[in-house]
Amino acid sequence: MSEHITTLTDGTFDEVIGSSAEPVLVDFWAEWCGPCKMIAPVLEEIAEEHAGKLRVTKLNVDDNPEVARRHSVMSIPTLIVFRDGKEAARIIGAKGKAQLLQELSAFI
Amino acid sequence: MSSTDDLDVREVIIIGSGPAGLTAAIYTARANLHPLVIEGEPSSTSDQPGGQLMLTTEVENFPGFPEGIMGPELMSRFREQAVRFGAEIVTRKVSRVDLSARPFGVWVGDPEVAEPTYRSRSVIVSTGAQSLMLGLEAEQRLIGHGLSTCATCDGFFFRDHDIAVVGGGDSALEEALFLTKFARSVTIIHRRDQLRASKIMQERAFANERISFRWNHVVVDILGDRSVEGVVVRNVLTDEQTTLPVTGLFVAIGHKPNTDLFKGQLEMEDSGYLITHEGTRTNVPGVFACGDVQDHTYRQAITAAGSGCMAAIDAERFLEAERQPATRADRGR
Repeated sequence: MSEHITTLTDGTFDEVIGSSAEPVLVDFWAEWCGPCKMIAPVLEEIAEEHAGKLRVTKLNVDDNPEVARRHSVMSIPTLIVFRDGKEAARIIGAKGKAQLLQELSAFI
Repeated sequence: MSSTDDLDVREVIIIGSGPAGLTAAIYTARANLHPLVIEGEPSSTSDQPGGQLMLTTEVENFPGFPEGIMGPELMSRFREQAVRFGAEIVTRKVSRVDLSARPFGVWVGDPEVAEPTYRSRSVIVSTGAQSLMLGLEAEQRLIGHGLSTCATCDGFFFRDHDIAVVGGGDSALEEALFLTKFARSVTIIHRRDQLRASKIMQERAFANERISFRWNHVVVDILGDRSVEGVVVRNVLTDEQTTLPVTGLFVAIGHKPNTDLFKGQLEMEDSGYLITHEGTRTNVPGVFACGDVQDHTYRQAITAAGSGCMAAIDAERFLEAERQPATRADRGR
């Protein structure tokens, strides 16, 4: 996995989201989710290209059900962008790079 | 550059990368036609690289895999095999085609740009089909919040929930059976009093005690502001409406072909499926169609792969026949 992507857990989620100066994108994913795998390389590219502006992280919902439940994630992939600790945008479902960049344009 | 320099004209472009497109890629690559596969972009609606199998789990009926194989794994093997023989693959979505003149033009990205991104002597269309939605207003609000078209993606979130599946074909039963791994109960809502699904799937569904059926019912509304709280169904025989207290609804009511790109250029049925004749030929010489985009009858990975092979052979013969006169003229000089 790219060095630009941080792995979050139920234990580290609040601290990372709460303390980040940049907006944080959280990719809720799981091993068995085909569309999650399809967008993983796209997110790696975005993480690398926009390092410093948008912090890209991922959270495995199998291993960390608590955060997923707290944020009412009922479908994956779900991408949530947190700004100043609060949810600022939510993107549900896999999308191509151009469309993702467009939906993330307020943060990059 | 407005040059028609042969160098930047491809022999064959394949649009779509399910079993049909990738089989066409394997065959045309082995015929040294250096195919370019425009595989599409990620999405969760069965319109994505690898096609509908990317959203399934176990594939049990693809010959050669007696133990079964996971859908995404099977497609990654198709892809590897195509790449091994020299197919070039780009992860973009085609935004426009011009099949009115040869070489054909294919655009990715901005469709308004005058010059096509790629030009090709032949095109193989294998854009497949995607899941139909119910067409209810509530769908926009609730998709991803209890409403889903991908059981394998979202089933996990319904552990111990009571949920419903709408549809009566193989994919509906497959989703329902998969969902019983998580859900407390699965109600299958079907508009008729019998299923279209294959016998083996029906037997499995009838034998599963977590699955029950709501026959002769259609979904008329989905309740809930922030997540699904119930599904309103109507009995098509009595018109009586009832509300099922479910927190999840999975839609598997069929498919529509991905043919918007080709409207007005390729002959299609009213339902949008491309019309082929003499094998995989469309009404435009040099354009071939294979897989679910032209098949609403069989719709299997193996039939899609078979028709992909046919399209490759048809394209190869077409290109060969086109080349003949030129070769003779060259010799005459």
